[in-house]
Amino acid sequence: MKNLKLILRNIFRHKLRAILTILGIAIAVMSFGLLRTIIDAWNAGSANAAPDRLVSRHAISFIFSLPLADRDQIKQIPGVKDVTFESWFGGIYKDKNQFFPRLACDANNIFDIYPEFVVSPDDRTAFINDRSGCIIGARLAKDYNLKIGDIVPIDGDIYPGKWQFTVRGIYHGKNPTTEETDLFFHWDYLNEQLLKTQPSRANKVGWYVIKIANPDDAARVSEKVDALFKNSDAETKTETEKAFAAGFVAMSSAIITGLQIVSYVIIGIIFLVLCNTMLMAARERTREYAVLKTLGFTSRKLSVIIFGESIAIGLIGGILGILLTYPVVSGFAIGMARFFPFVNIEPMTVILAGSFALLVGIISGIFPVVRSTRMTIVDGLRTIG
Amino acid sequence: MAEATVQVENVSKIYKRDTMQIPVLMNFTLSIPEGEFLALMGPSGSGKTTLMNLIAGIDKPTSGTVTVAGTNIGALNESQLAAWRSQHIGFIFQFYNLLPVLTAFENVELPLLLTKLSKKERKEHVETALSVVGLSDRMDHYPKQLSGGQEQRVAIARAIVTDPTVIIADEPTGDLDKKSADDILDLLVRLNREFKKTIVMVTHDPHAAEHAHVTRHLDKGELQ
Repeated sequence: MKNLKLILRNIFRHKLRAILTILGIAIAVMSFGLLRTIIDAWNAGSANAAPDRLVSRHAISFIFSLPLADRDQIKQIPGVKDVTFESWFGGIYKDKNQFFPRLACDANNIFDIYPEFVVSPDDRTAFINDRSGCIIGARLAKDYNLKIGDIVPIDGDIYPGKWQFTVRGIYHGKNPTTEETDLFFHWDYLNEQLLKTQPSRANKVGWYVIKIANPDDAARVSEKVDALFKNSDAETKTETEKAFAAGFVAMSSAIITGLQIVSYVIIGIIFLVLCNTMLMAARERTREYAVLKTLGFTSRKLSVIIFGESIAIGLIGGILGILLTYPVVSGFAIGMARFFPFVNIEPMTVILAGSFALLVGIISGIFPVVRSTRMTIVDGLRTIG
Repeated sequence: MAEATVQVENVSKIYKRDTMQIPVLMNFTLSIPEGEFLALMGPSGSGKTTLMNLIAGIDKPTSGTVTVAGTNIGALNESQLAAWRSQHIGFIFQFYNLLPVLTAFENVELPLLLTKLSKKERKEHVETALSVVGLSDRMDHYPKQLSGGQEQRVAIARAIVTDPTVIIADEPTGDLDKKSADDILDLLVRLNREFKKTIVMVTHDPHAAEHAHVTRHLDKGELQ
């Protein structure tokens, strides 16, 4: 504590340099926090997966569809409670930038399989009774100011044509992390159109979602499903919902790895910046360190002063960076809400960012400490500072 | 005759620069009695600063012994020597060497941070030292707000605040105008007379040396 005054005064001896260094650390820590949060948001889908749901898709790729007839066979497998299906519809709403998932589904049981999507009984009944109706997430409704009864026009791309869906209900997430940006409409409505325009694509679904009685039974049921369709035209690959979601994320693994590398590179750059600042400061103060030694300060006490300064700079920058991360992530979450519905700063991100700032402070103090420890008083006093 | 506070016996100091060996002091012997005010004069390279550094314990002899206040300082390790310096040596530099980020009070307080004195006790000591050098009214000033003479007086207050056995002054008036230099020299004389401090002063200035009890001339590492 006796040295604290000297440490703090030394930090702000060159105010502009200190402020720029601290801001540099703060921006680096904030960037690190933002990148880590984006990576977490990317992985959030698999983190929210239910353990009692399996997803069965075409063995080659989920872009290939499966026969509707498979559903009844899957239902017969012991351990299977219920089966629903979905098809990725794609399409363009307003313009290509307005992205949100649009899914053709089995309107009768989709919300039984996904109890985390909470729909009022009236909305659900209205949805089931209107073949061109849809149910949308609360966040989607809010973002586009959509209300029950509104028409959502979609230009089809995977399924060409002009499509119109009437909002018949709005679902709310059961948990804060439940996605509220999906649009569900009747697969029957899609199939009717396909029977008229592209019969070869009709009576097919994108993937099956299987509710199982016991999550511990997931591996056995998955094997049974895949065995059922082995050597058929549409072999299946069945896995837990978590693994299925992780598969989507894995397709972006290069981007995620890139983001991770960049986040650590940022820490590395700021380490070099702080090292440079500390070395400059130590070089300028060589004579002062020699004077302090003359007065009786040991190398150890001098090390405390130098380390104190570098650690304090690292921590001030780190804390400022963490505080900055919150509004920046908040802005990111608002701007990218439809792409990343769950953007939260995880406690681990804060811990990692703070730890890196502290580590950078400690390591960047090593060189000046070694330099001052090795310096003899006589040599130090000769230095023109 | 008073007991010797500083005893330099058969001291040699040889500096090594790459493969060259530069002898500065060879079998040098000097005795400084307690309470003496000694001026060391001599041309550049004569060895006076080296001798002063050896007495102050900031350099070690190649051979021989330096005993100050009864301690053979050559036998002390780095941390023991640092502790010893903080108790027994007050150092006054030519260019004051005050820390610019600290006030006069805080600069004088620096050596006391190494002691176990309480904050209140440290304050009392610092105020006393600053009053001795006549700067009680400049305690909260930073070095850049003081004149050269005032800075040197703060440096003297820093040197005496721990009540050291020996005060080492390295060209204490070398950077000052005549008036300020005289004030500093008068102050050193007062410290010697009133507070019985043993003072070793290195100087090029014969006028400064006149204030000392004894003036010794060094040339090529030998007393003349």
